[in-house]
Amino acid sequence: MVVRDLLTRGLLAGLLAGLLALGVAEVLGEPQVSRAIAVESQLFKQEHKAPTPVVVSRDVQSTAGLATGLLVIGTAFGGLVALAFAFAYGRIGRVGPKGTSLAVAAAGFVAIYLIPFLKYPANPPSIGQATTIDHRTEIYFGLMLISILTTIGAVILGRRLTTRFGAWNATLIAAGAFVAVIAVVFVVMPGLNEVPAGFPATTLWRFRLGSLATQLALWTAIGLILGPLTERSAGYRRHQALAASR
Amino acid sequence: MSDAVAIPVAQPVPIAIPIREILPWAIFLALIALQMIYFIGAEQGAASVISGTFVHEFVHDARHLLGFPCH
Repeated sequence: MVVRDLLTRGLLAGLLAGLLALGVAEVLGEPQVSRAIAVESQLFKQEHKAPTPVVVSRDVQSTAGLATGLLVIGTAFGGLVALAFAFAYGRIGRVGPKGTSLAVAAAGFVAIYLIPFLKYPANPPSIGQATTIDHRTEIYFGLMLISILTTIGAVILGRRLTTRFGAWNATLIAAGAFVAVIAVVFVVMPGLNEVPAGFPATTLWRFRLGSLATQLALWTAIGLILGPLTERSAGYRRHQALAASR
Repeated sequence: MSDAVAIPVAQPVPIAIPIREILPWAIFLALIALQMIYFIGAEQGAASVISGTFVHEFVHDARHLLGFPCH
């Protein structure tokens, strides 16, 4: 029952977080997407290339399309955070539901977005060649997988070391090991730069900040909403009461 | 001095949820969530389940802003 309650609350938290991320993306991201597309059509004109055919209009892409994408991803991430919460709760020290929820969401943000972003940052339209999409997809999701596994490994390492070194030192050692592994992975994995000459640096920088803000809003909201919702749920209370009476 | 009052415990000790209780939910939801992430993040990019470019173009802005590789 407690897992069911967690999941429903995770999905709800994800949906609400998706709405917040949508607001952030509209305000900080969309203006940069529009600017990038304007640059792209100008570059196409200079190179005498035909503009790409319109399948979905810009109006739909920047409203219904963006909303669909963010709400679906938000709900999926919310569900995944709830599941990770179910595994982490009571296993990462004396941390209650609010702290566990925030810690799990923070780990999710770092593992799923921040680490891949630091090596292969988000790009606006007009950056990225169609011929390299296979390669770019492979290395992006490959790095994401490595980053998720390294994060899980670091958490397990921290837990194992806690009895010998205490919670503080064990956490520091695990975090240090995580940074060291990721640093080596960053050096080993291929670099990527497909920014065309003359692409405005400010637009690129603002787009990347907008992307970072969107994902940060999404994960922070999930982390802050899931904890209090879980604490109030009947399933969670029954779980705590039942386990305490044993 | 001997009858010192016990300090009430403010924080209940968090008790882990048994793995076997989590596992079926975890497997099911992880599969569904991965599919959703695939459709928003990668469909009609490097790989394509549905022919055409509609899915890609529809979620285009979200894909870019979420940081997934696009185009």
